[in-house]
Amino acid sequence: MTVFDDELQHIKEKLLKMGSLVEDSIKSSIEALVDRDNDLAKKIIDRDRMVNTLDVEIDEESIRVIALRQPMAGDLRFITTAMKITSDLERMGDLAVNIAERALELNEEPILKPYIDIPRMKEIAQGMTRDALDAFVRKDKKLAMDVIMRDDEVDDLKHDVLEELVFLMAQDPSTVSRAMKISFVAQYLERIADHATNIAEMVIYLVDGKIIRHMILPSDEK
Amino acid sequence: MEVPLVLAQIELRVKGLNFYYSGGIHALKQINLQVYSKQVTALIGPSGCGKTTLLRCFNRMHDLYPGNRYEGEIHFVKDNILSPDTDLISLRSRIGMVFQKPTPFPMTIFYNIAYGLKLKGVSKRAELSELVEKALLHSALWDEVKDKLNSSAYDLSGGQQQRLVIARALAVNPEVLLFDEPTSALDPISTSKIEELFDKIKKEVTIIIVTHNMQQAARISDWTGFLMLGELVEFDTTDKIFTAPAEKLTEDYVTGRFG
Repeated sequence: MTVFDDELQHIKEKLLKMGSLVEDSIKSSIEALVDRDNDLAKKIIDRDRMVNTLDVEIDEESIRVIALRQPMAGDLRFITTAMKITSDLERMGDLAVNIAERALELNEEPILKPYIDIPRMKEIAQGMTRDALDAFVRKDKKLAMDVIMRDDEVDDLKHDVLEELVFLMAQDPSTVSRAMKISFVAQYLERIADHATNIAEMVIYLVDGKIIRHMILPSDEK
Repeated sequence: MEVPLVLAQIELRVKGLNFYYSGGIHALKQINLQVYSKQVTALIGPSGCGKTTLLRCFNRMHDLYPGNRYEGEIHFVKDNILSPDTDLISLRSRIGMVFQKPTPFPMTIFYNIAYGLKLKGVSKRAELSELVEKALLHSALWDEVKDKLNSSAYDLSGGQQQRLVIARALAVNPEVLLFDEPTSALDPISTSKIEELFDKIKKEVTIIIVTHNMQQAARISDWTGFLMLGELVEFDTTDKIFTAPAEKLTEDYVTGRFG
């Protein structure tokens, strides 16, 4: 293995570390909400600093490799992909923090209703994140496409959650403050799934050199 | 890029080219490629891959040594360059060449350029002066030498000498210019001046360049051919070769994971 290969490997390891932190934050943020666990929520908010540090470090190392090694072809695609994936992961980390903040607020008030669709959204979004990163590591185009296809399920669930919350608010104005916060959480999860989709799209670029975002996919044709 | 690559016209068409050195070495194997007009084509590959051998086929430089043998065709406009009837003097004025080491003639800066023009029949001093100035402007050397046109070309720096040689080649209005590692003997500043020059002169002349410097090929060329062991492994737009090549061998070479 050359020094250059070592440098690329190092970037990849940091990215995976960042990915597993973010994946765990997504999972824990919803747990903090469902289990009304304030300590866990605070832990997620606190941990975001680690995610941010990794974001900066990966960018710095990638820029250094570009400047000193002038990567080409597959290496160039790897570096550009890594840099884009870190921005997505960093945003996902922020969204998990937002969920934890809403959880802290909601935990101050009585439970509005049992959470059913939100944990399901979390399951899918977390799975998409994990699979998108797996697809990146294994350069697995098929798995990446699979992640992209799953985004619609999250969108549909969000739609259901919002509809139900609007109904509750119309029935009883005293629910508005809580229902609004829960609808934010649904929104955050939907955004997390979008970022996981971005990562999967970058994996397609990594493998094929084709940029597929903003293209119409079979799943878009209703 | 001003002209979409696909709309460019073909200047040279290589068909089934094989080349054998006098010792019997089969240096080029079944090469097929097109060189597009007014574009820069780079040939890359490891030492001994045949890129310089291929470059030297375009103006029949191999004919300088007995026993070398070509097979196949290279079409240039209507004619086959490899035909025994080709007038080599005329071919080499239409397809000029610039080498790795600057090769100025042992004469003044002015006469380095005027020499070829005189051979072409330009004899009036005024006309010569005008054409010499034009060629020097073209190769971005005029400002540096206009006050010492009568000094020896050897007084110039290596980078200036190389630009003088390019001016000399341009002066006789060639259709194609072949460059064999034109900057490998130069410092980075002279190198970047020559690279800038490519962009300027390709509006008027088709360029083929052999280079060991992959970043240089990536910077200056529109098309890139990758050769290995005498075979053309891949030929495509430079963007494609350096971002997402189709062949594993090309990928290994451009990412430096060769061998």
